This record gives sequence, C-alpha cells and structure tokens, in this order.
Amino acid sequence: MRMQNHVLMSKGKVFGMGCLVLLGLTSLLVGCSSTGNKEETLNIAIVNNADLVRLKSLSSVFEKEHPNIKLRWLTLEENMLRQRITVDTAVKSGQFDVISVGSYEVPMWSRQGWLTRINNPTLLKQSNDYFDSIKKLVSYQDHLYTVPFYGEGVFTIYRKDLMEKAGIKMPEYPTWTFIENTAKQLNDPSAGVYGLCMRGKAGWGENVSLLTAMANSFGARLFNEGWHPEFNTPEWQKTLTTYVRLLQHYGPPGSSVNGFSENLALFSAGKCAMWIDSTVAGSFVTNPKTSAVSQKTAFAFAPNAGLGKSANWLFSWGLAVPAGSRKAAVAQEFIAWASSPEYTKLVAKKYGWASVPPGTSKSLYANPQYQKEVPFSKATLMAIEAADPIHPTLKPVPYTGIQFATIPEFQGIGSQLGRHFAAALVGTESPKAALALSQINAEREMTDAGYIK
Amino acid sequence: MLTPAVVFLAIFSIVPLLFTIIFSVLRYRLLIPGVPKFCGLQNFIRLFADSQFIESVGHTAEIVLVVIAITVIGGFLLASLLNHEMPAKRLIRMMVISPFFIIPTVGALIWKNLLLDPASGVFAILFKHFGQTPIDTFAVMPMAMIIVIVCWQWLPFATLILLTSLQSLDMEQMEAASLDGAKSLDNLRYITLPHLMRPMTIVVLMELLYLLAIFAEILVTTAGGPGSATTNLTYYIYSKALLEFNVGTASAAGLLAVVLANLVSAVMAKNIKRSVGL
Amino acid sequence: MNHDKPNYYAMTLSAVLALLIAFPLIWMLLMSFKTDFNAARNPLDFSLGMWTLKSYKSVFKDQAYFLYLLNSIVTAFGSTLLALALALPAAWALTFAPSAKRSGVMIWILSTKMMPAIGTLMPIFLIYNQLRLLDTQLGLVLMVAAGNLPIIIWMLFSYFKDIPFGIIEAARIDGASVPKEIFSFLLPMAAPGIASTALLSIILAWNESFWTLNLSGANAAPLTAFIASFSSPQGLFWARLSAASCLSVAPILIVGWLCQKHLVRGLTFGAVK
Repeated sequence: MRMQNHVLMSKGKVFGMGCLVLLGLTSLLVGCSSTGNKEETLNIAIVNNADLVRLKSLSSVFEKEHPNIKLRWLTLEENMLRQRITVDTAVKSGQFDVISVGSYEVPMWSRQGWLTRINNPTLLKQSNDYFDSIKKLVSYQDHLYTVPFYGEGVFTIYRKDLMEKAGIKMPEYPTWTFIENTAKQLNDPSAGVYGLCMRGKAGWGENVSLLTAMANSFGARLFNEGWHPEFNTPEWQKTLTTYVRLLQHYGPPGSSVNGFSENLALFSAGKCAMWIDSTVAGSFVTNPKTSAVSQKTAFAFAPNAGLGKSANWLFSWGLAVPAGSRKAAVAQEFIAWASSPEYTKLVAKKYGWASVPPGTSKSLYANPQYQKEVPFSKATLMAIEAADPIHPTLKPVPYTGIQFATIPEFQGIGSQLGRHFAAALVGTESPKAALALSQINAEREMTDAGYIK
Repeated sequence: MLTPAVVFLAIFSIVPLLFTIIFSVLRYRLLIPGVPKFCGLQNFIRLFADSQFIESVGHTAEIVLVVIAITVIGGFLLASLLNHEMPAKRLIRMMVISPFFIIPTVGALIWKNLLLDPASGVFAILFKHFGQTPIDTFAVMPMAMIIVIVCWQWLPFATLILLTSLQSLDMEQMEAASLDGAKSLDNLRYITLPHLMRPMTIVVLMELLYLLAIFAEILVTTAGGPGSATTNLTYYIYSKALLEFNVGTASAAGLLAVVLANLVSAVMAKNIKRSVGL
Repeated sequence: MNHDKPNYYAMTLSAVLALLIAFPLIWMLLMSFKTDFNAARNPLDFSLGMWTLKSYKSVFKDQAYFLYLLNSIVTAFGSTLLALALALPAAWALTFAPSAKRSGVMIWILSTKMMPAIGTLMPIFLIYNQLRLLDTQLGLVLMVAAGNLPIIIWMLFSYFKDIPFGIIEAARIDGASVPKEIFSFLLPMAAPGIASTALLSIILAWNESFWTLNLSGANAAPLTAFIASFSSPQGLFWARLSAASCLSVAPILIVGWLCQKHLVRGLTFGAVK
C-alpha cells in the first residue's frame, strides 16, 4: 500500500519535475536568443542620479532616431557603481561602452589610458560652450576625455518663510557664524523643524566631500606641499568641532546616516530650516510634486569663515567611453545626443526647465527663459563660476580637486576619513581622536604609496 | 559518478584559491599602473597590525553567535507555540516563514527605510505617538540593528525545521512517560530536546555557512559603519578590495578568512557527520 | 503539546507573532500603493485618495524590469538544472557506492561553501574576463550553481539515505546497469526529495546577492541588481522601492506558498518525515 502511494505520488512528482525541466530549458533558450547580433548594443552604466535616470527614461527617443542601435542600462548607487566600473575599466573588460564618470576619476583614468579620447566632431565643437572650471575638470593635457553631463557646486538652501518669521535676512555670502546663529534661532524640534541639515553619511563622496569643502573655508588643506596629510592642524580641528557642534545641536536625529538623498527627503518634507549641499538639490526642492516647501525655498552662497574661501566645491558627472569598449564611435554618437541642445530642449519640454541638466553650459545660463523659470539658476551659476579646482585652498597644495585630491589613494584615505568623521558625529570618537586616527592612517597610506619619502 | 561534481567544485574553489594565495603576497593595487611586485608577508603583517581587521573578526563572531543563539532558542519557543491545533494553520505558517524567501537586500532596505528611519519610519511614528523622541537606531546601535535584520531573516528557517521535527515527535512516548509520573520539564529534557538535537544541528550548520558571509545587509544599510562598528570580515575584505582597490591586502584577508572558516568546519566536522549519519 | 482541547492562548499568541513577523512585508505591500511623497510624508494615511498604482507603473515603465525578471528566472532555473545534473550522480555515488574516503569528500564539499566569496572576487573576475563570461547568463548560472552545489549534494544524499536499500539491491541483482538503476528505480522513489531540493535551490539562486551583483552588467543582471539600484537613489523613493521589492519577491513567495510542504522536507534535509 505504501509502495503504491509512493508510486502514485511520484508519478505526479515526475510530471512536476518534467514541467520544471521544460520551463528551465525554455527560459535558457529564450535567454540565449534574446541576445541578437543584428543590431549594435551599447551597454551603459550610470549612477542613479536624477539627471542620468532621466536620460535613461528619454533614451527611447534616441533609439527611435537610430533604429540600429539598442541601449542597455545598468543603474547603481554611486559607491557600488564606482567600484564596478573601476574594476571593469582597470582590467579593460569591455563590459561597458558608455560610463558615467565623476570628475575624481577623469584625471587619473585619462592619465592611465583607461578612457578613450573624445574625437567626435560634434562633441568637440560643443566643448567650447563649457564653463572654464568644468572644462578643466574633464580634460587631460588639453584633450577632452569626458563629456560633462551636469555640473554642481554647493549652495545654502533655506526656508525664506522661517527666516522672515524670525526676522532674519540671509546675506548673499553667509558666514559660518551667521549660519550657526540662525540655526540656533530656527531650531524647533518640537515643531519638527531642525535648524541645519548637512550630510553625515560616511563616504568619501558623502560626508568627506562636505567636510573637506568646509575645511577649505576654514583655511585647511588635505596635504601640504610635501604630500604630508594635515588632519592634525588647528584648522581641521576647528572644522570638525564646528561641524559636530552644528549637527549635534541643531541637526535632525540620525544625521550620521543621512546622505544627500536623506537630507533631500527631510528638507522637502519641511523638516530643515537650512541645508548646505549640492546645487543639484535645486530642481528637487523647488518642484511642487516632490517638495512640500517648493514655494518657500531660497538660495545663498556656500558659507565661508571670512578667510577668502567658501565651502563650495566643483563636481561633474560626465559620460565617457572606457578604453576596453569595442564600439567607441557609436558610443560617442550616443553621448553627442545626450549632451546636445536638442536633448536639453527635450527635457525642458517634458519635465520643465528646472530639470534640465545644470551647471555645464554657459549658453544655458545666458538663456533668458532658463533664468526666468529656474529660481536657483543664479545661485548655481555663481557657485560654478567661483570654483577653482586648480587652486582649491588658501595655502598652496600639490593636488587638484576641491573636495578631494585627484590621487588614487584618496578613495581609501577618504573612506577611512568618512568613518572617523561619522564616529565623531555620533559621539563614539571625540573630534580630536577622530582627526588623530585619520592622520595616522593617512600618513601610513601616503608613505606606503611613496608620496612621503 | 562523483567526478563531475567534484571537478566542477574544484575549479570554482581551488583555482580562485590559488590566485588568492598568489595575490596575497603581492603588492597589487588596481589603480596604480604597473606590474604588481612581490612583497612577502607584508600584507599579512599589515593586517594583524590593523585594528580594524581584528575588530572585523570579532564582529563576525558576534553576529554568528548571537544570531544562532537567538534563532535557535526563539525558533524552539515559536515552534512549540505553533505546535498546536489552530485555524488557518497554512496561512500562519506561511507568514512565519515569509522572511526566509525575501531577497536579503530587499529585507534590509525595508527595515532601514520603512521601519527604522528615525524621521518617518514606523518605529519613529510609534515613538512619537507615545511622546518619546525617535532613536536613530543605526547610529546608536548599528550592530544590534544588523543582528535584528539577520535574525528576522533566519528565525523562520529555524522555526520551520524545529516545528516539523516537533510534529514528528511520538506523542505516545510522552504520554507513557507522563503516566509513569514524569513532569513536563522532564519530558522536555529527556524526550523533546534529544529528539531535536539532529534538526538543531542542521539549523546551526546552515546558519553558520551563511552567517559567516553576511554581506548584502551590511552593504545597503550601514556600509560597515558608523566608523567600523558593523564591519565584519566579509565587509572588511570588500572594503579593501573594492573601495580601496587594494587587491593584495584583500587577498591576504581572504586567505585568513578561508583558514578561519575551515577551522570552524573542522571543529563542527564530528557533529556534522553524526547528524547526517555518516 | 496537547492536541485534545484547543489552546486559545497559543492560537492567539501564534497569530499575533505571525503578524509581527510578516509585518515588514505587509507594510511593504501597503507602501507600494502610495506615491513616494506620501510614503515618506503620510505613511499612516490610508484614506481612499492615497491609494495609487503610480509606483508600480513607474517600475514597469522602466522596461528593464522584464529583462531583470527574465535573468532571475534563467539564473534560478538554469543553475538548479546544472546543480541537479551534477549532484544526482554524486549523491548516488556517495550513498550507494560508498568508499573509505566518503566522509572526507563530503566534508571537503561542504568546506567549499565556507570559502568567503569576497576573497575570490578578484580572481573570479579576472578569469571570467579572460573567458568572456562577464555579464552573461551562462557566467551567472555557473557561479550560482557552484555556490549551491554543496548544499544540494548534501540534501540529495540525506534523501537517498532513506531509500530502502533493498530495492536498489534487488535491481542490481537483477543485473540493472547503473543508468537504469538511477533512472528507473532511484529517481521515482526519491522524486519528492528531489523536488524539495530543486525548490530550495531555486529560492537560494533567486535570492543570491553577491555574485549576481558583481558579475553582471547591463545584460545579465537579475532582480537582485535591480533592487540594489534603490539602495540610496536621489530623492524620495520608498514607494517605488516597495513596488519594485514586491515585484521582485512575489514570484518566490507564490512558489513558496504553493509548495510549503516540499520546502519543509527540503529544509530539514529529510531528517524529518
């Protein structure tokens, strides 16, 4: 009886297994056949920033205009994408034809021959329209290696309604002292409003960017002329203590895990009186669909400490062709479309002028319609034009880059910095200890890498 | 007959292992051009001098031990509870197992954003409702949060196995013992627990295999931080390999992780053999 | 453990605990029907106007979702087929043709699972690059199968152990060849066990979040990579994350619901009947 049951049951199971096998084989076949060879496929890897994601969603327009080119996308968060692309580019695996590259990588990768020099005539002509500061970011030895897709600086975003209610007027170039006093006055946790929101999330592209820019404004630098790290200087001490004090007293809870996105969510929900961060935020906080305070937002320059430099930075995400790609010409065709005035008009028509990729082209900012429709255009323009990646600090430095140093070791050093800064914010390390540990680590890395003899 | 499987596994384990050994004695940094140079045991020396490495081993042990303890004990309690007649048994069982089916990154992101977010998460709302200020759990007790998420993912597994085992417990034996005057605590000690030894060993074994390599949950929530508070060995190696592109050091750490894992499996070997009846 | 009278206390407590355990998923489902804005601003508001399919629409509009889904299916089923094809003969040999080295081989097989994947990432990446396996479905299938193979061999071994050896013995005495022994006798009897093993393999492969993230690019990425793109995008994303998550875990949850019993058998290595 038991054996019979077994056999009966197993007949059903055999049938089930058969279906499984069939399904498996079918999906394998379908999977294999879906990689057709008739068209050119471009593999594009981008960071999940809004402007690039928008490019992806509008890319069907490109595919319609170029029926023999198919686009395949990989979208990842910045850290994950960076390491995928770095590994990929370093071994020249040719997995990607177009990649989004940040201005940190461009000087290093062009120097190492990991990027294809841009030679598409349309792109070269377009490059005359870039801001000087941006152009410096994406070129190496006067050749273009990346096509800037958008550029960003830093500004101070604030709630003009809260300022008015408190009777405070925001100057065009606020100082850190002013910011602190204002944050103190506007801080009202019981009403769910925090005086100042800033990045705290550990990461050399997250809190470290902000703190390095902030340090610049306090007269500090990352390395001195002999490549010796300077985290044990009084200027860095002042920077980190001010930062920790500001966020611990006037910042929202959970600052140490808040990156750009989290702070954007907070500000858009009306929980921050002020927010110092990338100019990219402009289009989000003024959009009534995503921001509850869209009509109450205004912009000022990044804060300074009265010494001559502000907490501004310069960054650009661009599109480049890795040297391992076998479709460099087609890839550049796509990039030419993505950075063309036609694309800009397409975005403006579908999403509004505020959503057009900002910060790269002079002609965009000279366009009166853009000036009229985009409330943060002037503040962005000021930030981009004021940035100087070649001379980022008060004292001379051997590196370029404002919120980072464009050396390969900075990623590693920056990651460690980020962790110590976050620990200082949470309170598990004192600012002094955090800086001391950062100094030790940075010195070791720079000695190992041969910068310090 | 064994050969295909063994060869397949060997290719995917021995070959990479050889490479890892080679890389671990090289000064190999991905971003610095040029041929990697031999540097002897330098990578290993630097590892042991790096407090973060030692810390990461400690964190790994912490996660493994705490999660196994909580899931086995919790699983036993939950299984005992579920081992009763009740309506909608299938539905309840499904709800209890459901976390096990969820892609780890999905689970972690749901916990981090929808539940634990200190501004708008479910717990924050509850806190505020009772007049308390929400805690930024990931900043104040990050390791505890990682453990919570991992326990949530693995408790169903332990519960299910122990429940099924409980259900196969011979009731007659228990009743006979009760008739002989045994108290329920004695039943527990002399009948139930021995019966559960084998499934418990399987639970511990499976969890050990996966908990040593917990990665995705840490990656998408704390990224090893704040500081290095939630960096386990896997994440440490990841940060060396893919954040600092230091392949030499990462390989050295990877090699040590292999040694550690094999030590653990050697210790467990007797138990494993016994439980699967070798 | 009284099966006579209903224990209302146990029933209620069970229901409550089950709800608590499944709560994150229930909440995820609820949030998926909101807009990103409302998910963050008004999470508790469930009035009629708050419900929308917009988040799901935006996930579907992202055409790649179907590609990710296809890749997940191919990876899960393909790796399961491959692993079973390798494991069946191996488990047979270990059970019915044992040798002195048996336990040594078994421990070795298990120890390959103990190797931390991260330590071998660079070597694998370099090898795959040379073999042009990066960002291919085949590459992923191979890697995921290699990861699951030890568990599958062990599970099949524990099922085969329970097959009454008498029947196999009788077949051998009757002069059955090895393939006949396996296909006509072993497989039918072990079919439930094999089904359970296959099920577990599919689930483990579907959820595999390391190799699928690191060895895939724009072409072979499965749903695990799709979700990874939500780990910290710009702006508000909770509703879209919830919708994408629901769409990514729903297939496995449905499979799990339908095959609960088989799963239980599988997870207990057949230790419990």
